[in-house]
Amino acid sequence: MPRTFARQLYELLSSMRFAVSLLTVLAIASVIGTVLKQNEPYNNYLDQFGQFWFPVFESLGLYSVYHAGWFLAILTFLVISTSLCIIRQAPGMVKEMRSYRTGAREASLRQFAHKHLTHTGLARDEAQQKVSEYLLARGYKSQSKVQENGVLIAAKAGSWNRMGYLLAHSAIVMICVGGLLDGDLPLKLEMMLGSKHVTGLDKPFAEIGPESRLGPQHWSYRGNVFLPEGKRSNIAVLNVQDGALLQELPFSITLKKFHIEHYSTGMPKRFASDIVLTDLQSGAQLEHTIEVNKPFEYRGVSLYQASFEDGGSKLKLKAHSLLPGSMRVTEADGTVGESLQLTQGSDAMRIEITGFRPFNVENMAQPSVAEKNTLAMLNRSLGSGAKSADGKDLKNVGPSFSYKVRDAAGQAREYNNYMMPVEQNGRSYFMAGMRETPAEAFRYLRLPADEDDKLTTWLALHAMLTSPKEHALIARRFAAQAMGGPGVSDTVRTRLADTAERTLGLYSERGFESLGKFINDTVPEPEREKAADVFVRVLQGCAWEAWQLTRERQKLKPLEMNAARADFVRDSINSISDSFLYGAPFYLELDQFEEVKASIIQATRSPGKNGVYLGCALLVAGVFFMLYVRERRLFVLLKDSGEVLMALSSNRKTLDTDTEFARHQEAIESLLNHGTRTP
Amino acid sequence: MELAHPNAPVSLLKGRSPLDWLAAALLAAGGLFAFNRYSAYMDGYEQAFLLIAIPVFAALAWAWAGLRNLLAGVAVLALSGVSLYHADLARAEQVFLLKYFLSSQTAIGWMCFLFFLATAAYWLGLLAKSEFAEKTGTALCWTAVLMGATGMLVRWYESYLIGADIGHIPISNLYEVFVLFSLITALLYLHYERRYATRKLGAFVLIVISAAVGFTLWYTFSRGAHEIQPLVPALQSYWMKIHVPANFIGYGAFSLSAMIGVAWLLAERGILASRLPSLAVMEDVMYKAIAIGFAFFTVATILGALWAAEAWGTYWQWDPKETWALIVWLNYAAWLHLRLTKGLRGSVLAWWAVVGLVVTTFAFLGVNMFLSGLHSYGEL
Ligand code: HEM
Repeated sequence: MPRTFARQLYELLSSMRFAVSLLTVLAIASVIGTVLKQNEPYNNYLDQFGQFWFPVFESLGLYSVYHAGWFLAILTFLVISTSLCIIRQAPGMVKEMRSYRTGAREASLRQFAHKHLTHTGLARDEAQQKVSEYLLARGYKSQSKVQENGVLIAAKAGSWNRMGYLLAHSAIVMICVGGLLDGDLPLKLEMMLGSKHVTGLDKPFAEIGPESRLGPQHWSYRGNVFLPEGKRSNIAVLNVQDGALLQELPFSITLKKFHIEHYSTGMPKRFASDIVLTDLQSGAQLEHTIEVNKPFEYRGVSLYQASFEDGGSKLKLKAHSLLPGSMRVTEADGTVGESLQLTQGSDAMRIEITGFRPFNVENMAQPSVAEKNTLAMLNRSLGSGAKSADGKDLKNVGPSFSYKVRDAAGQAREYNNYMMPVEQNGRSYFMAGMRETPAEAFRYLRLPADEDDKLTTWLALHAMLTSPKEHALIARRFAAQAMGGPGVSDTVRTRLADTAERTLGLYSERGFESLGKFINDTVPEPEREKAADVFVRVLQGCAWEAWQLTRERQKLKPLEMNAARADFVRDSINSISDSFLYGAPFYLELDQFEEVKASIIQATRSPGKNGVYLGCALLVAGVFFMLYVRERRLFVLLKDSGEVLMALSSNRKTLDTDTEFARHQEAIESLLNHGTRTP
Repeated sequence: MELAHPNAPVSLLKGRSPLDWLAAALLAAGGLFAFNRYSAYMDGYEQAFLLIAIPVFAALAWAWAGLRNLLAGVAVLALSGVSLYHADLARAEQVFLLKYFLSSQTAIGWMCFLFFLATAAYWLGLLAKSEFAEKTGTALCWTAVLMGATGMLVRWYESYLIGADIGHIPISNLYEVFVLFSLITALLYLHYERRYATRKLGAFVLIVISAAVGFTLWYTFSRGAHEIQPLVPALQSYWMKIHVPANFIGYGAFSLSAMIGVAWLLAERGILASRLPSLAVMEDVMYKAIAIGFAFFTVATILGALWAAEAWGTYWQWDPKETWALIVWLNYAAWLHLRLTKGLRGSVLAWWAVVGLVVTTFAFLGVNMFLSGLHSYGEL
């Protein structure tokens, strides 16, 4: 019984039941890929699911659901099913569109849901003419046929409804086929047949062989071209599975300049790449600017502004030693994306420069204590939409750069330093961020800027306070300053100097941490707070003296104490204490920079696009005809007996059909009885 | 909204009232004035939009007197608001009429308040069988739309006062589209209210609008979402201006159908049955709403694909928002298959429409809340 089986399969595939099931299954299957983030590096999935589930989910294609075999199979079924459905329905529909059904019998008309029986006093020809004219005026086309007991006027309107079905369903087929062609199905086949293999990107492109390269004539692709300013490339990188393939383009692109503009709020406003495109066949060159939302197409390849990165900015750096007592400065030239070697004391360290940002916009507003009562809240939200709810104060705080310091064991800490001092609570600080792992946020060391907006004073203070050989001198000067009056005995002064020296000694071990430990170990609980207070005051005094001492050595005039300088001293001893946790024996200052930007341009070839767009146009037209053109058939049987039977059918059962029939019924009835009074 | 409207007049121009002609003349005058004065600042698309808007709005105003009056009211209020500003944003705080009536935040605040009142009035009308309360509901609903539309237009103007480069049509973030959603859903409802000559369904439809309004208020107070933000490069596209409204006609219509579905299910179980319209009428409204929603959603999704092709380099990339739009679309495609070709009626379709609201809400809001993707258009 193979024929009947084939027949049954055909009927199943082209049936409505199957269509609705397919639509539902497709909808549910689509959900998966939105819940699970797609196309992430495989390691992320391994972390997320563990050793056991990772391979299971991988074999189900869950990391790239929309390209998984089973998902493509559903789409293929949709195409097959819709095509079969069209094949099955189309001939009948076309016939139906053409036909007037003039052969309809009285008996069948009487079965219609909308029917009405009336009389006419007019002669048959006149009645027929009037009715036909009426129908024509209402947008119905009609044909009449003489039947055995009268004449049947069969009229139809809205036949385009059926056309709508054909258009919309063919459109689905076109869109799916176009989409499948533009997808990675062709590439998948090539990889399955073993002619292409993904590669890692840890070596230069030139070393990647033909088994991981696709020629310029490749059918469809979507990849990224990485272009630093002034550089040229004809390779787009396609991310495939857990690796990459190189797509050769039929032209090369040179990035002349990358533009990035911002609004005053710091939000990005424009990204644009000035490129020169060189046709590799003809050698022809043309210049163009690509922007977000303004792509450029050349020889079937579209180029888009996808993203941007640092393209290897050149940084002039100064490494200030943070080793005890050292004021050494080492100069170094760095390039973003590369690493450099730095020796500090006995250690050689590798510094990987990871990023550079020419400006940073930060919200500098003080968190305000806004009134919380309803009326105040309401009042705040009246007025224009320009009002900011939380009084933001956005400022550009200048360039910053980031780097990693890797120790001998290969462990890396990450740093992020700002070039210029940042204002906070009316004081200026150099911000030096550090984190141990990428998962943390940066913790910032706030190094106070001096009166010239430099870090010099802080660095000098740091060297003095951490240098044991200076402690005695500082302590002595502090004691003399604090108890210099004539009534104070030398022993008291010496005791104070000793205390100060010990304090400095402890502080230069690990800052407040060592002092705190000392207090805990030696001072009874109730007096600890007071002791801490004394230590801090001693430290502040010493720091002030150390500051004056550095000035003296540079032959500068001593300073008068004032509130700002007191703040500076306080900030300095806090940050010197924090610097023990900084984890690097130097502070890297950004002295000068020369920014080099890189644009990431996406290159795509999608030849199925035109089919898809045509399909979309047909779909819109089809849906419109299906939903907004009702097919209606109106029959008026003028019987020789003077009886008139009207009937209406529609393939849409809506209330509109009821009202329409009522109207026609009334209109035709009065038309046929106009001026004649039949009893 | 059928093309072959059985009651459509045979001639479009015959039997027009003087008010109709006045409306058309004013629209044409306003449109041409704007064209004459501002076309130098517009690109070709914007000029075309402006010119096409004249006959489209004239046709809508002729077909629907309520809409005509609304347009007139919005024009008067929005122009008053704009002229009171004297191009100075600070006046929103100083001029009484702006601060308490016409500035965008205040006007939208009035809209929210009026929608809540309208909901209460419709429910009172339904439960107490009071025609007066129902009519009050209708009036409140229209007034809410009036204030909301005014607020949106004034907001549009305000955005240009912040900076010429910042100004843009207010449909670019989640806050703005929620207001748009409320307005569109209310207008669709008012249309069906007139078409089917029943005010009984307002109680149900206004629940969805109130929920949207509640969300808008929460979003304003707790997140400060009302602040006008400039457009990031990805949103600087004329596709946005048509893709987003088309989407929201879809979302609005689907939400409306779901609420009718709820009313249908209640009535079928005898709850409020004597107060609600007949099951057949509700069924019909439900179908009409889904049909118009589906048509617009189809167009919106295609426009989205065209935009994606220009902004992201591919017309379809299974981004979560795209995928959920497809899911919504498939859902209603299945609904239409059942209803139109099987002639299926009754509770399956009503339930399906209600579930459709869950799917739609997820596509609209849930994706932004729970999933990440390229539509980084207003996060929560
Ligand atoms: C995925 C997108 C699809 C959409 C948007 C869609 C849309 C529609 C609509 C709105 C109708 C109602 C038209 C009418 O009754 O005149 C319809 C009818 C129909 N559809 Fe689909 N359809 C889709 C897929 C399918 C598939 C996959 C099949 C086949 C397996 C199918 C089979 C049918 C059939 C048999 C009818 C009845 C035609 C008739 O007798 O009028 N549809 N479709």
